[in-house]
Parts: sequence; structure tokens; C-alpha cells
Amino acid sequence: MHYIFDGSFSGFLCCVFEAFERKEFNAIPIKDKIPETDLFSKHRMIITDDTKWNRIFVGMEKIIGKKGIQTFYHNFLADTPQAWQNGFRLIVKLFKTGSIDMGNYGNTEMLMMHQTIKKVSRERHRMKAFVRFVKSSENLYTALIEPDFNVLPLVTNFFKNRFADQHWLIYDLRRNYGYHYDGHAVQEVSRSNDERISDPYSFEVELDPRELEFQHLWITYFKSTNIESRKNIKLHLKHVPRRYWNYLVEKKGT
Amino acid sequence: MLGFDEKLKILADAAKYDVSCSSSGGKRKNGGGIGDSSASGICHTYTEDGRCVSLLKILMTNYCIYDCAFCVSRRSNDVQRSAFSVKEVVELTMNFYRRNYIEGLFLSSGIFKSADYTMERLMLVVKKLRTEERFNGYIHLKAIPGASEALLKEAGLYVDRMSVNLEIPTEEGLKLVAPEKDHQSVREPLTIVKNEIKAAQRDKKFLKKVPLFVPAGQSTQMVIGATPENDLQIMQTASEYYKDFDLKRVYYSGYIPINDKDSKLPQVGTTPPLVRENRLYQTDWLLRFYGFSLNEILNNKHQHLELDIDPKLSWALRNPQYFPIDINKADYNWIIRIPGIGTHSARKIIQARKYGKLKEFQLQKLGIAHSRAKYFMICQDTVASSGFLYPERIKKAILEHNPKSALIRSASQLSLF
Ligand code: SF4
Repeated sequence: MHYIFDGSFSGFLCCVFEAFERKEFNAIPIKDKIPETDLFSKHRMIITDDTKWNRIFVGMEKIIGKKGIQTFYHNFLADTPQAWQNGFRLIVKLFKTGSIDMGNYGNTEMLMMHQTIKKVSRERHRMKAFVRFVKSSENLYTALIEPDFNVLPLVTNFFKNRFADQHWLIYDLRRNYGYHYDGHAVQEVSRSNDERISDPYSFEVELDPRELEFQHLWITYFKSTNIESRKNIKLHLKHVPRRYWNYLVEKKGT
Repeated sequence: MLGFDEKLKILADAAKYDVSCSSSGGKRKNGGGIGDSSASGICHTYTEDGRCVSLLKILMTNYCIYDCAFCVSRRSNDVQRSAFSVKEVVELTMNFYRRNYIEGLFLSSGIFKSADYTMERLMLVVKKLRTEERFNGYIHLKAIPGASEALLKEAGLYVDRMSVNLEIPTEEGLKLVAPEKDHQSVREPLTIVKNEIKAAQRDKKFLKKVPLFVPAGQSTQMVIGATPENDLQIMQTASEYYKDFDLKRVYYSGYIPINDKDSKLPQVGTTPPLVRENRLYQTDWLLRFYGFSLNEILNNKHQHLELDIDPKLSWALRNPQYFPIDINKADYNWIIRIPGIGTHSARKIIQARKYGKLKEFQLQKLGIAHSRAKYFMICQDTVASSGFLYPERIKKAILEHNPKSALIRSASQLSLF
């Protein structure tokens, strides 16, 4: 049985609610579309309902507290069917037994969740590091990203605090949405599907007259600070995996 | 006149031998301006040598009135000279920071005219950044030995970290390669700043609003392998400075030959002692975070760290009487002494064993280096302890299993074990 929900965390919690309503504890939560291989298997559309997810949320909070919910949220942001299914099972278990030990690494499902959030956290950290803003003529600083996991919601506060006096936009190309900060508040923004942007350095904005100069100076700096006789490409690649290069001014095109 | 690009090239190139890239420990929160150094530091990229790039690391100028043989900027060296203006450094820092290229600035300088003249320039940069640009990113400033107390104190109000480099681990070594220099001139600024930090901490207990003063503390750096000190001497100096000046970090920088003319130094082309450098960092870590005393790792009988194995493994092999350690019973302090288990996995082990005795397969999942740890521990299902094999055989087995491990590691990594 597949539960098809809208891809939001509240929608995900509604899946749990329905599972208890209908005693379908083996349901598999998936987003939007029915997998083609499963066209003939059973599925149910889950509508995101505020009262429903709120009940699950409050119930979880009673047992595992805010911090526990946060763990499940981060696991959810991994954005993969496996992580969702594992998280779903653990929540079901939590309500069935009335308790769960979040620190039990001996349990396979719990261990898997912790391993997942570790990966999510690594990607989140990388986004803080690898986001590169391009300044446009209207003084907007824009960055395009394609993170492996849906970590953008986890980094907006960081950027808001850090760049409090500049306007910025960080856009997730893979998931086609982003956040815009106008000097006061952060807002979610998205484009329609046919407006997809593909190359982060060729999207249509007029650049600040000195943007390219500073990109160039950054590349100069990056090269000059390297010590040739210590060269260690293996280590370099471990820290800056190739899949991020396209977004890094200093690595692009190398 | 050199182009700005060329200038940046020269002054970044000359600054890169300072290995520190730490940008953590700052306490500045952003109150509407730009930047934040209150979180732990971030590496925004890595150079091809695998080192973290977190700060814009440049010299104010590479003109210098001194002639330290180990330094590229020494006055007798035939290199192109250049200097930034205060405004240029401020502008470059702000523009890099706003694009999220960097966490902040690491500013140092050759000594131009006099210590005070140079220090004043550095001070002006950091003052402008904080007061005019409302910049709250991280600033690491290299203090100039011999600069006046007043300048040091003023700069201290604006920076997050200050450092003064020892350069050569012993006074005798220093005399060999830089006869104009001595360690006393390093101790002086370190002492002034340490006392100010202490005073600020004291005031904080009584007063509500005390201005920040070097909130991320002080550090120093030693060049390794330029002069003939052994590892024991190096670590003795490090321990002494950690203690006397409450240093946050001591950095060890494997000497990269850059001087053809001086026969006392390793010749150009000699590979820098990277493995040794890494072993020194590991030792530093063992002393600060693993509860080891210096004497356990280096002493008159063992004045050098082994290059083919890390210092913890080396200690363990010399002390078979403590092993094997029972994972399910031993204290945290003993678990972290097991080769292949770091503080992270040790904490996980303590956490996990509350739910039942741990077996081999569970340990493997906790992220320990099992192939190494297995010789030194027992867990629930260890087949009746085979007793401690001969240390030599263990060493051989570990090296065969992982022959290159030493070479791909780097000092910039924190997971040292
Ligand atoms: S004083 Fe500093 S910059 Fe000048 S030669 Fe000595 S180490 Fe180099």
C-alpha cells in the first residue's frame, strides 16, 4: 500500500495519522506520483490536514520532545523513499509502544535514521560553505544550488543572520524552489516548471559592474594560496567532491 | 606599478606558509550589520594541497627589514615586493565576504620601517572593518613583535584571534637561522594580550558590558624541519606555551625549502616533512583531548615520533600491559586510549552499551577503525581472549592492512585517529 502525499513534512505526518486510522501500518509514503512499476498495486491519496498532522505532532512531542521531532524532521529532509519509510516505521513504533529510545544505536532502524541525519547534516554544512553569491546590478546576491538532500530550510537562518544587511536569493534547482531575503524577512519562492534555470552562471540577470572582477580576484587568490609541493589531489577531492564544482567560482571549468 | 591582481598574487603567495585557518571561537553576533563569527568556523573551499580555505590570508606587505633565512619575505631574497593600502584590504575582504567566499580575514605583514609603523597599519584595517563596515566576520591578526602595548591593546578590541609565531622551536635553533630574532620578543606580546584577555574575563564577572578582547584567544606556529630539533623538544616547547600563555592552538608547519643560499637549511626540492607534521598534530591532540601526558608519548628514550604509525598506536604497542581493554566495562578515559577509537566513537560506545553488551558487529557499525582496534579490545562475543599478540606482529598486521593510511591524512583533518 502506497500513501501518496504532497511532499511536505506535515503531509508526511498525516500519513502516520491515516495509518493508525486504517490500521495500515505497512504503508509506504511516497510523493506525488505513483511509481510506474506499481501502477497496479494499491495506493491512497493522503490530503494534508492541519488537525491531523497536529495531533501526530503533539503526540510525538509528548514522548520524545522537540529535539526528537527535529531528528525526524531532518531524517525527512533526506528526501529519499528509504529514509521516509524508515522514519515512518519508527513513528508508528513510537506510538504503538508509547516510548522509544532515540539514542539506541543498537537498533537497526534507529541507527539507520542517525546515519541518515548525519548525511543530511553534512550536506547542510556543505551548503553553508559552498554557496557562492553572484551580485547583480540591483544589489541582489543570488546563489543557485543543487543539494543531494533538501537542506535549504536548514540553512536559511544561517544566511539571514550572516547577511542581515544584504538582499539575497538562494535557489534549489533540483527541487525548484528557493528563499529570498529582502533585508527584513525570508520568504519561500518558486518558479513554474518551464522556467527552469540550468547553468548557475548564465542565468538572466545583469551583473554588478565589478562582479566579474571579484570572481577573477577570488580565483587568483585561490591559486596563490595553494602550496604546490604539498599537492594532494585525493584529499582535495575528498573535501570538494566534483559534483559541487559547477557552483564554485574557483573550481568551475577546471 | 603592479596591477591589483598581481599584487594579490604576491601577497597571498607570501602569506600561505602560515598554516592556521581556524575561524572558530569567535563571539561576534550580528546586530544588523554584516557577518557573524559566533558559529564554528567553515571551510569554504580547499586548495589542491587539501588545506582548508576559510580566511582571506594575505600580507599587508612583503617588504621586510629582517632577514630570517627560512622566510620568503626575508630582505636578502630576490622577490617582487608589494604592499596593500588599508582601503584595498578592507574592500577585498568585504567583497569576498559578501559573496560567501570566506569567513573573514587573516592579516599579517612583513616588517616595514618599524614594528609600530607596521602594527599601526594592521590596526587601521581591523578598526575600519569593525567600525565603518560593521563587519562581524572573523579576524585573525598576526601581532608584530616589538609593537607598542597601546597598539596591541587597541587592535585586540577588534580582532577575534591574535597570534605571534615562534617560528623555530628552540632559541638555539632560532639563532642559527635568524640571529636578529629571539623568543623573548614573542613572549612579550603574548603576555600583554594574555593579561588583557584575563582582565576582560574578570571584568565580565562584575560588569554587564565588557568590550570583547581577542575572544578566540591566541595561537602560535612553529616551523618543523628547518632546524635540527627533535620531536620531544618541539612538543616540550608547545606544552610550555600552551600552559604559559593559555594558547588556543599551536600550529606545526612542515618546512618548505625556499632558500638556495643558506646551507644550514634543507635544500630546495627536498620534500616537506608532511608525515612528521601530521604526527606532531596527532600528539598535540592526544595531549589536549585524550588525557595523555607528554612523558607517555615522548621522553628521553623516545625522542622521535614514529613515522609509519600514529603516536597512539605507538604508545599502545609499547604498553601491552594495559590491553586488551573491555569495551563493555572500561571507562571512557580508557576506551579513547584504544588505537582506532576516537572520542566520537567512544562516546557512542558508552551511549550504546547502556542498552546491552556490545558485540563485534555492533562496534563495527559505530564507526571505529575495527581492523586496528580489534587487537586492543574485547567485546561481548570476542572468542576467549587470544591474549595480546606480540606488538611487532600487530604493527606488521596493521601496516599490511592499511599501508598508505599515513600518506593521505593531513593536518587539516580533525579525525586524526
Ligand atoms: S620578520 Fe617575519 S616577514 Fe620578516 S623575514 Fe622574518 S619571518 Fe619573514
